Parts: sequence; C-alpha cells; structure tokens
Amino acid sequence: MTAWAFAAAQTLLFIAAAPLLGGWLQRVKCHMQNRAAPAVWQPYRNLAKLLRKRMLLAENASWLFRAVPYIVFGAMLLAAAVVPLITVHLPSAAIADVIVLVGFFALARFFTALAGLDIGTAFGGMGASREMMVSALAEPAMLMAVFTLSMTANTTNLSVATEYILKSGLVLRPSFLFALLALAIVAVAETSRIPVDNPATHLELTMLHEAMILEYGGRHLALIEWASQVKLMIYAVLIVDFFFPWGIATDFSALALTIGLVAVVAKLMLLAVVLVVWETVLAKMRLFRVPQFLGFAFMLSLLAMLTHVVLETGG
Amino acid sequence: MSGTNEIPLLLAYAAVACTLLSGVVSMFAVRRHPNFLHFGSFLFLFFSGAASIAAGAWALLAKLSLTDHFALGLPWLDWHVRIDPLSGFFLMLLGTLVVAISLYGPSYTREFARGEAAQPLPPLGVFSALFIVGMQMLLLADDALVFMIFWEMMSLSGYFLVVYQHQHAANRHAAFVYLLLAHVGALVILLSFGVLAAFGGGLTFDQMRAAKLSPLWATIAFGCAFAGFGTKSGMVPLHVWLPDAHPVAPSHISALMSGAMIKMGIYGMVRVIYDLIGDVRWEWGVVVLCIGTASALLGVLYALMQHDLKRLLAYHSIENIGIILMGLGLSMIFLGSGHMMLGTLGLVAALYHTINHALFKGLLFLGAGAVLYRTHEHDLDRMGGLIHRMPITALLFLVGCVAISALPPFNGFVSEWLTFQTALQAPALENGLLRTMIPIAAAMLALTGALAAACFVKAFGIGFLGQPRSRRVARAREVPAGMLGGMGLLATLCLLLGVFPTTVIEAMAPITQMLVQAALPSAAAQGWMWLTPISPQVASYSAPFVLIAIVAVFGLGYLILKRGAIAPRRAYAWDCGFGQLTQRMQYTSTAFSQPIRRVFGGVWKVDEQIDTLASAGPIPRVTSLHYSLRTQDWSWLKCYVPIGRLVLAAANRIVFIQTGNIHTYLKFSFVTLLVFLWIVS
Amino acid sequence: MWHVIHQIVRIGIVTEPAPRVTDADGAAIERIHQDILDILGQALTIREVDAGSCNGCELEISALSNPYYNIEGLGIKFVASPRHADMLLVTGPVSRHMEEALRRTYDATPAPKLVVAVGDCGCTGGIFGEGYATRGKVANVIPVDAVVPGCPPPPLEILRGILGAVRRRQGHPTPDRT
Repeated sequence: MTAWAFAAAQTLLFIAAAPLLGGWLQRVKCHMQNRAAPAVWQPYRNLAKLLRKRMLLAENASWLFRAVPYIVFGAMLLAAAVVPLITVHLPSAAIADVIVLVGFFALARFFTALAGLDIGTAFGGMGASREMMVSALAEPAMLMAVFTLSMTANTTNLSVATEYILKSGLVLRPSFLFALLALAIVAVAETSRIPVDNPATHLELTMLHEAMILEYGGRHLALIEWASQVKLMIYAVLIVDFFFPWGIATDFSALALTIGLVAVVAKLMLLAVVLVVWETVLAKMRLFRVPQFLGFAFMLSLLAMLTHVVLETGG
Repeated sequence: MSGTNEIPLLLAYAAVACTLLSGVVSMFAVRRHPNFLHFGSFLFLFFSGAASIAAGAWALLAKLSLTDHFALGLPWLDWHVRIDPLSGFFLMLLGTLVVAISLYGPSYTREFARGEAAQPLPPLGVFSALFIVGMQMLLLADDALVFMIFWEMMSLSGYFLVVYQHQHAANRHAAFVYLLLAHVGALVILLSFGVLAAFGGGLTFDQMRAAKLSPLWATIAFGCAFAGFGTKSGMVPLHVWLPDAHPVAPSHISALMSGAMIKMGIYGMVRVIYDLIGDVRWEWGVVVLCIGTASALLGVLYALMQHDLKRLLAYHSIENIGIILMGLGLSMIFLGSGHMMLGTLGLVAALYHTINHALFKGLLFLGAGAVLYRTHEHDLDRMGGLIHRMPITALLFLVGCVAISALPPFNGFVSEWLTFQTALQAPALENGLLRTMIPIAAAMLALTGALAAACFVKAFGIGFLGQPRSRRVARAREVPAGMLGGMGLLATLCLLLGVFPTTVIEAMAPITQMLVQAALPSAAAQGWMWLTPISPQVASYSAPFVLIAIVAVFGLGYLILKRGAIAPRRAYAWDCGFGQLTQRMQYTSTAFSQPIRRVFGGVWKVDEQIDTLASAGPIPRVTSLHYSLRTQDWSWLKCYVPIGRLVLAAANRIVFIQTGNIHTYLKFSFVTLLVFLWIVS
Repeated sequence: MWHVIHQIVRIGIVTEPAPRVTDADGAAIERIHQDILDILGQALTIREVDAGSCNGCELEISALSNPYYNIEGLGIKFVASPRHADMLLVTGPVSRHMEEALRRTYDATPAPKLVVAVGDCGCTGGIFGEGYATRGKVANVIPVDAVVPGCPPPPLEILRGILGAVRRRQGHPTPDRT
C-alpha cells in the first residue's frame, strides 16, 4: 500500500514540478539571449493568472471543445504516473507500458486536433493538419527507438527497463547511442520545439501546435499549457531514465529518495541547458523540410535496431 | 440428439431459420405494406442475431465441438455441419452485427420506401436474408461442398445488394467488379479445397484434416487459400472491388459487408491454414506479414485522400485487414519456428482485432448512414457542424473514430497493443533476417496507426465539427431512436471490449486450444484488471485503471475549477477581426490531407489542375479560379487495366471461331462428342 | 556555431533596470480590483493592435523585446491571439478600416482586461485627428485605461505606461542582473 502512496505522491510531484522545468528552460534561454530572466517560478504565476480569467467561448464551440482540456490533462497525468521520476519500484508503472505511453500522447493529440477544427476557422484546421502530419512521421521513429530499448531489456514496462539498464552498469552500447539521437529528435518534434516549431511565434503561418489552441482562454488554456509542460518533462525524464539512469532510487529509504531527487533535478537541469543551446544555434525549418528531418530520425532508429540485432545479440 | 449438449447446434439452426423467415416475410413488403419489411423482417433478423450470439457463446464458452449431417445435396455426399469454438466466435461476431442492424434497419429503410428515389423493398429484404444465411451456414460448414455453396450464396446476394440502387452506372460498374473478383477468389479457394480433398480422399473437413501433405503441396494449398480468401477480405492488390462496392450499398448492408463479410475471408484463412492444413510453416508467415503490412499502409494512405465518407471507411477496412494479417503472419512465423505461446499470442491478437474491427467499422458505417439518412450527403466537404444538430450520432461516431484510431481505453488499442507485444518478441527467433524484419513491420504498423488517427481527425473534424457547409446539413435533425439504439449497442461493446481485455482473452482460449493446442494462461494471471500476455515483467496494461483515471480527472476538474465559476460568455470566433467567417473559409478534407499528400506523393496517381480565367487588358485580373484534384489507385491502373486489355486482346484473336453459321457449330459439337467417346472407351 | 556561443558569452547580460513607477504615473483604474491587478502585474500577456499607425510606435514597441529593455524579464509577454491576452496595446488613430477589427479584438479578449493607447495618435488623434479616414483617439472606439503620449514615445515611457497600468508599485523587486 505504501508503494501506491509513493506512486501517487511522485505523480503529484511530477505534475507540480513541470512548470518549474519550464521556468528553468526560460531562464537559461534568456541568459543565452543576453537578457535578464524572470523568476524561475514565473510559469506558476502565468497559470494562476489564467485561472482567474473569465471564460470566453466562441458561439459555435461545442461540448467537445470544452471537454478537450480535461482529456488532454488527464492523459498527461496518466503518462506522468507511469514514468519513473525518483524511484523505479513503481506499482503504477504496471498500468501502462511505453507503448501505452505513446497511446496517451496520441490521445491528447487527437483531441487537441479536433478542438482546433471545432470552431471552423482556418487557423485551427491548419494547425491540426500540420500537427497530424508531423506526429504521423515521428511515431515510427519513436517506436523503433523504443523497441530497440525494449528488446535490450526484454520488457516494455518502464520501471523494469530502467532497473535493467541501471543494473547492467556503465556499458557503452552503440545501439543506445543511435536510439538516444533518434529519441531526442522525436522529442523535439513532439514537444514543438525549434527546429520543428517555434513555441513563441506570433505568425500563424509558422505555427503547428499553437495554431490549434488559439481559441482557448482562461482555465482551459491553463490546463493545456500545463499539459504541454508536463509532456516536455515526460520526454526529458524518459531520455534520462533510458540512457542516464544512475542515481535513481531502487528502494524507499530516505537516503535513496534524496539521492534520486537530487540526481534527477541535476540531470533535468543539464538536459534543459542542452536543449536551449540546440534551440539557440538552430533556426526553425520550413514545414516541408520536417519530413526529411524526421526521416533522418527514422534512419537513426533503424540503425539502432540493426546494430542491436547484429552486434549485441550475435547476428 | 440428446441432452443440453446439442443446444448450440439447435440455436444455430434456429438462427438460420429466422433469417430465412425474415426473407420470406419481406417478400410481402410491396409498396402499400412497407411495414412487412420494417417490422416483420427486421424482427426476425433480431431473433436470428440473438440466436447466433447464443449459439456462438455456448459453443465457445462450453468448449464444445458438435457435428451433424443432412441428406441433402448429392446422393453420395451428405451436407455436414459443425459448430466449434472458432465458428462460435465468428457466429457471435455476425450475430452482434445482425442485432445492431435489426435495430437500425426499420428506420433507415424508410428512405427507400418513399420519395422520388423509391426502390422496391422485397429485393432488399430477400437478398439481405440470403446474404446473412450464406454467412451463417458457411460458418457452420464441415465439408467443402456446403462451404462453397454458401460462399457463393453470400457473394451473389451481395452483388444484388450492391447493385440495389441500379439507376447509377457507377453502381453497376462497382457491382460488376465485385462479382468478378468474388468469383475469381472462389475459383482459387476451390483449387485449394481440391488439393486438400485429393490428398484427403474426400470433401469433408475431417478427411482434409487427416490428409498428409508434402511441404510443396501444403504450400500450394496455402497459397491458393490465402489468395482466394484474401480476395474476399480485400488485401492489396486484390482490393480494388472494396472501395467501389461498399459505399454504394445501403448503409446497413455496408456495415454488414465491412463488418462481417470480409471477416469470412479471415475465418476461411484461419480454418484452412490452421485447422485443415495444420502444419504451419514460418515461410508462409513471412508472406502473410509482408502483404499485411502493405495492405495496412496502402489502405490508410488511400483513405487519407478520400472525401467521400463511406469510401474513406471502405479503404480503412483494407487497412484493418492488413493489421489482422500482420497478426496472423506473426503467429505463423512463431508457430513455424516452434514458439507455441508466442504463436498463440499472435493468433489471439489477430482474432481480437477481427472482432474489434467488426464492431467499430459497423458503428462507423451506421453513423455514416445516419448522416446520409438525414442530409442525403456523403461528401465530407459538404458536411460540418453536425455535432450541434445531431449530438448523439456525433458522440457515437466519435467513439468509433477513437476506437479505430487505436487510442486507449477503447478496444482498437488493445488489439494493436497485443500485435506490438507479439512483434517485440522477435528476439526469440534464430533467423537474423526475421529478427530485423519484424521490428520494421512493427514500425510500419505504428506509422499506419498514426496515419489512421490523422484520417479520423479529418473525418470527424470536417464532417461533424466546424460550421455547416451546405444547406441540408445546416438543417439536419437527430435520427430516430432505433438507429441510435443500433449504434449505441456497438459503441458500448467497443468500450467494454477495451476495458475488459482479460475477460475476452480468457473467452478466446478454447479457440487457440483447438487450433494450436496452446493458450495464454498468463494473460489474466494477475487478476481481471491487469492484462499481462507474456509475463508481468515483460508487459502489462490495465485498461480499467486508465478509464477510472480519465473519469477521475474529469470529476476533479469539474469540482475544483468549475464550481462557483461564472458561466462563460459567448463571443464571435476569433477571425483576426476581419468580419463574419463564412463556411467556405474553413479547412476542407482535401486541404487537411494536403501535407500528407505532399510527403507521400508517389503512392497515388495525382492529377492536380488549376485553371484561372483572367480579364483582358493591360493589368489582367483573375475573374475565376477552378481547382480540381484527382487521386487514383495505382493498382487498378497497373494491374487490372493491363489484364483487362490482355483478356480482350486474347478474345479478339479467338473470335474467328464464332462464325454465326449453324453448320459450323454442329460440326464442333459432333467432333467434341467423338473425342469424348474415344477418351471414355 | 562556436562563434555565436563565444559572442553570447562575451556580451553577457545587458538588461537595464526597469523604470520606477510612482503613484503619479500609475493610471487610476477603478473598475478592476487591486488584487486582480497585482496578479496581472506578475504575469501579463499583451496583444498589440495596429489600428492604422505609421509603424513608428511599433518600432518602439518591438524594441521592448530586445535584451536592453527586456519586457520578458518582467514576466510580460506578447501573445498571438486576443483570447490569450490580458492587455491590448493599441497604436494609431483608428482608421475606418480597422475600427471594426479593433472592436472585435476588444470583444475577443476575456475579462479582466486593460487597454493602453500608445502614441499621440492613440491618445489624442495626433496629426490626423477625426475625419473621413480616421476615428481619432482610441478611447472613441473602445474604453482605454492608460495612455502613453509621444510621437513616438520612447520604449522606456511605453514600459512605464504598461507597468503603471497594472499599478506596479515601488515595492516590487526588479529582476537581478545575473
């Protein structure tokens, strides 16, 4: 029973900490742009302000439009419950494995796209159409990379996979290197970062994700923004878990949990710096260059799988 | 004939009898008494469906295999029938669809009885009954003769149903292609049965099971069975009849065709390959897997380009058959390599997807029929805003869209998850090429799933959301309760099969026990809430948890955020301040799929034409713009048109023997008779 | 790439401190409660509307996003849709063509909302005034909460006007330079 309590606590911590990661990302980005940054907890202020706004809906917004923010947030909450953050022994990880995790992301994306089409403006349709194209191309790359990892660990359960990689020590696997690169590219595409999408753009013709949520305001927008911050954190924690899991707690003792917490905080902060440098150095791509970019990710994950089959399991 | 053990067979007979009665009753449904069709015929169909479900469930859950025979047909060959867990499973599938249609049908067929497009009702009822009888009896068949007779009955009555609205030439063409391919398929199936019968010494399935086939002949039998049943299932490249035939039939028949008829092809494959031939070889599995992957990918890519709702759904049937074939292929590969449990997992995944597809495709076709009933529109680009006018239909259609896009917690996700888990066990094989190929096939399955989700965002978003794009759609009303009942039944089953996968897999255990003598004991080993097909360490999924979590988020969100908050103000949609949006400014279905069309360009034959008319003078101004887009199936142009031309050319060569002179024909008959007499003696 | 990173490190943080807003600068906004204004002040989102301006004010407003004035460091950002916005920053003498668009933008912004008119054209009609082509000051079309006169007003004045509109008082700390 205590394990379930820990799982619930970890999930709440995950959700609560996601805006903090966003704030840290913003801080590093501002410093890279030679400007002073707002406080690290600025995203919390943004969310609190949005919750105080009065709701405004388009005349022809349907019940689906109003339900979508809750569906999206629920899917992200479930996804956060199954990814190991501080400790690996999570009973909640048995609810859903990594394929179901991809299913949760697909569920959130499906309904967000429908919300974009609901009002009947051209922006929403454009955002929905582009987002579905990008995600359709990203999914095979992601699943192939994930398959390589699952075939190595002989499981799709995230807790068990992380534990396996932790226990096998400091082993350099070339397949993991390719899978890391592929997963990083897919994460950039799925969380709408540069070079696939610019999260801070005002020009509708350059939007992918933002165009679908132009009609949302108030608490709906708060839920959707929070859910996208949780999604970014989930991808970051996935990369950390699969490729750099050292430090994560394997039992529930206070020492192990503290080390786990410190380790994951340090790793996420470092990963955020890497992401910001990447975003500063690259420019946003033309929309129809993105398929080539994602095709490159698919090639990388295919290479990962082939090296795994050929080199690591003996032909 | 003794005791309760015979009840499944009796229920099956009752089902067939009720169907025949429904056909008889509908013969009286002339213009002045349409209620004979609406109430009498569909009432009998309801009982028939219920009896099918009962028969199938009894045979499946009680793990019975019963046989019987009748002295009909040829003097030295009785008709043998048999009900066992496999046919019970498919009988349940068929029965569920028939029950849904019997609820949906009475209101839907009213549109055929009145108005300027009125059709005579008796043929609809009679041929529907014959169609369903054909399917029920072929599931019960225990020898090749009964099987082929009722297979032909199913195909032929299907033809009359497809051509029901025969006034349009396109419908007649579609029905012709359907009939042609159905017969080619039937001939190939007959070849397969011929091989089995030759080695088994007889036409009954028991004799075929006992036949000892060399690998070469087994492969020939497999090839013929796969090709023949694949034609009926609609696998690429034998799929060209499906997108034309399914849309033009009446919607409840389209649901039955897409939901049940193409599953008869899957039933045939499983029956012949797993049961009659028996010894499955892994090389066959590779062929099935490759064709399944190609069907899935091509089916969904072609579906993305359609803007006719029913044609889109028909292409998706091709995609889902591809997914079922992928499951079957994986199962054959594992069984042929000696991994019994993994082979069983693949078979379970394929059968689960079979029933899932029947349910959600039936639901989607009935939904499309509901929209057609109220608005007479089948083009997505003329629909829109139906979520406000037809809210319950929209909700049920949404359930179908979510289920077919393989999203948790509905049923489509469970069968795709099982297929992925099967593919992930590829490292258990020794063959390195297979170990590489199978994950690539799984990645293609992931691509298919993502594209299918994109396609259904398009179908639901353009069709039901946004603003109405034509007058009739703007004035649509909700459909009658009967139609909602039929759709609601299927939607509820979609949810139940998604939330209780352990129960379904345990129920399917008798089928796999019968076919491959193995089951999946670990699937429900952790309790009904946890699906652990291989072991809890390897993979687990708890669908009830997911559903509870989503409902809890809704509940908590409502309590925390909405209580005490002021009601939202309604305003104009944000249109950059330019003024009232018209419905022409929304995205169309062609616009929605344009990025994907650009990325996957070579898959279709695309003819895009933009004609502009400009005024004369020093500064020309565009006065009119005409845009046309045509996407065509390459397989029709590259495979079938050349074959057609070849056949015509060959016919033209031989035409010289048709002299029209009766003396020549008499000479031909005389010579043939002499040759036969010489051979016989 | 290394050249870019070297340049970033060499330049460092160049943000200047935010202007001090006295009570005299602050607009008297009676209709919105002070605690709401406090919350808006911490996390303000602005939608900029060009109602027929010559773009002189726009150039000054876009200077607010550079590292020196750094409006983002104060927790304020520009957004793409009025549905996401708390404040409308309106420039220009509201040409007839943009009058309806401005009204719709105001209507599309959820409450609580503020409007700041920037530039002489927005405050008083400027050199165009009211005529056949323009409607004059922004207050003629939508209710305005604060004005920033000038042609064009320097970015510091615009920032003072924005902060004053949310009554960002003396006590609020400015972000540190590191």
